[in-house]
Amino acid sequence: MSEAILKVDGLKTSFFTDDGEVPAVDGINFSVNEGEILGIVGESGCGKSVTSLSIMGLLPSPPGKIVGGHIYYKGEDISHAKESRMRKLRGNDIAMIFQEPMTSLNPVFTIGDQLIEAIRLHNHLSKQALTDRAVELLKLVGLPRAKELLNEYPHELSGGMRQRVMIAMAMSCNPKVLIADEPTTALDVTIQAQILDLMVKLNKETNTAIIMITHDLGVVAQMCNRVVVMYAGKVVEEGDVKDIFNHPKHPYTEGLIQSIPDLYGKKDKLYTIKGSVPKPGSIRQGCLFAPRCEFVMDKCKENTPELLGDSHKSRCFLHQEQA
Amino acid sequence: MLYYSVKRLLMLIPVLLGMTLIVFGIIHAIPGNPALTILGTKATPEAIHSLNKSLGLDNPWYVQYFSYLKDILSGNLGTSIQTNSPISSEIWPHLAATIELSFVAMIIAVFVGINAGIISAWKQNSFLDYTAMILALIGVSMPVFWLGLLEQWGFSIKLQWLPSIGRDDIRNSVNPITNLYLIDTLLQGRFDQFWMVIRHLILPAIALATIPTAIIARMTRSSMLEVLKSDYIRTAKAKGQRMIWIVYKYALKNAFIPILTVIGLQTGLLLGGAILTETIFGWPGVGLYIYNAIQYRDYPVIQSGILVIAFIFVMVNFIVDLLYGLFDPRIKYR
Repeated sequence: MSEAILKVDGLKTSFFTDDGEVPAVDGINFSVNEGEILGIVGESGCGKSVTSLSIMGLLPSPPGKIVGGHIYYKGEDISHAKESRMRKLRGNDIAMIFQEPMTSLNPVFTIGDQLIEAIRLHNHLSKQALTDRAVELLKLVGLPRAKELLNEYPHELSGGMRQRVMIAMAMSCNPKVLIADEPTTALDVTIQAQILDLMVKLNKETNTAIIMITHDLGVVAQMCNRVVVMYAGKVVEEGDVKDIFNHPKHPYTEGLIQSIPDLYGKKDKLYTIKGSVPKPGSIRQGCLFAPRCEFVMDKCKENTPELLGDSHKSRCFLHQEQA
Repeated sequence: MLYYSVKRLLMLIPVLLGMTLIVFGIIHAIPGNPALTILGTKATPEAIHSLNKSLGLDNPWYVQYFSYLKDILSGNLGTSIQTNSPISSEIWPHLAATIELSFVAMIIAVFVGINAGIISAWKQNSFLDYTAMILALIGVSMPVFWLGLLEQWGFSIKLQWLPSIGRDDIRNSVNPITNLYLIDTLLQGRFDQFWMVIRHLILPAIALATIPTAIIARMTRSSMLEVLKSDYIRTAKAKGQRMIWIVYKYALKNAFIPILTVIGLQTGLLLGGAILTETIFGWPGVGLYIYNAIQYRDYPVIQSGILVIAFIFVMVNFIVDLLYGLFDPRIKYR
């Protein structure tokens, strides 16, 4: 494996509300290597998006704030970097695509305006060169009529086309890391597959590392190399995609896998993990998953398990005992 | 766009007709006989009768209305009772004075209001935000006549920085060409007079701009707050764009439709509603013109003045309607 290009080390992000500090991300570690696709999986509210916004330095602040840990990009700690430094990195080195293609493009500027701006911010090119590059990018993401599209407004495009434009914009400066925050959630299934294929293709062609944030394990199985499973602001399992799908080492991951609908299965009812993600900060002692866990032991309620293991890590007493 | 403009223009016809009907109705509902007003209380019944006949006042109301309409369409606004000269030629210098004052006031209001609103939204809940919004609240609640008097007392009487009354100095009056003095003085190359005209404009323009400034600031703030939370602003940040650029280019264009509406309405109000400011500052605009006409019961002047103001109001809003499309491509003109 090549060098880690982005390393998140003990990141803690909290929101400071009227009711006090709410830890949304609570000491997570993971790293992404060059050209790798890393999946971050978890239910809504487990801190996936906050993690990505922390990396980008785009946390809504106040109330959000990084209260601990480090984020290293190519060895440089960017967790508390100056805004001017972050501006240089954003878009150019670390780019991001968002969940909602319908609202992520500015409705009152043309596709060309927005795409060319993304290129121009980090490259000094002539007007013609900028336009050429924009057309090239639109073709790269498989959009027809690239030249005409430049003069069209977002509302004239479908959701899938807009997400392609967003990807083109994110790829415009050949970033080293692309963070995709549930890029296909708002799209219908056939378009989802196309967008995922496109991202895999771009990953192979440009060697851009992708952090794929999703709650859809199907997406992870299809495109990721490694997975980080998050629960209530903590990493509960991390490892190679195949290992995790074949031998999950945390009851939460097992539950997630079991709740994937099976096209050929004969199950009447889909498996569900009972209960919901605890409110951040509501559980002070023991394993955060204990209240929902089928295999809960006495020890789980008293002690907090550590994330242990070599290449396949998990945060669970049950599996650590078995090992 | 052309089709829409033409259609929208045609739609103005019933609005303008309705407007003339209302103005006509109001004037006729006012008790008292115009002939009596013209001839005075000592007039004989015969004289009143013959004047009524020559003025066409003995005809049924609809005949009078149509002859009134015919006059308006041919550009004849009637004759002032007070000065006995045609209103259509008399009203322009006043209108020009009002337009000039309102224009300057509106520039102040738009510039200050939009910037204050933007900064408030950008630095929400900060000291700047609170200061701007408290000032806006004061601005909106401050009666114009009170503010005008304070200005005169402070800047004209105590500090003696600025003139308190009129459009120009009596001993150095502007030679009118268009009656828009800022343009006239420039056309004549009289820069000293240009400066004098600006000095005269400052106090009334600030008084007149206060309420629109406050309203625009508050509208800008709320509109910007909504836009700044949207996903495409986050996208722009993720590209590495500077915040000031995001706010002034990206967000403002999105937030501008409601602001534009308010600007349009306020411009219309300024052109018509400057009566108080004009009276306090002795500004010879339409407001003062109508105010004087009311004191002399000069009905034709009142009628025409209201008509002209209503016409301007309708036209300003028509222009605003057309401008919407410039800011939001999703607005389709059909």
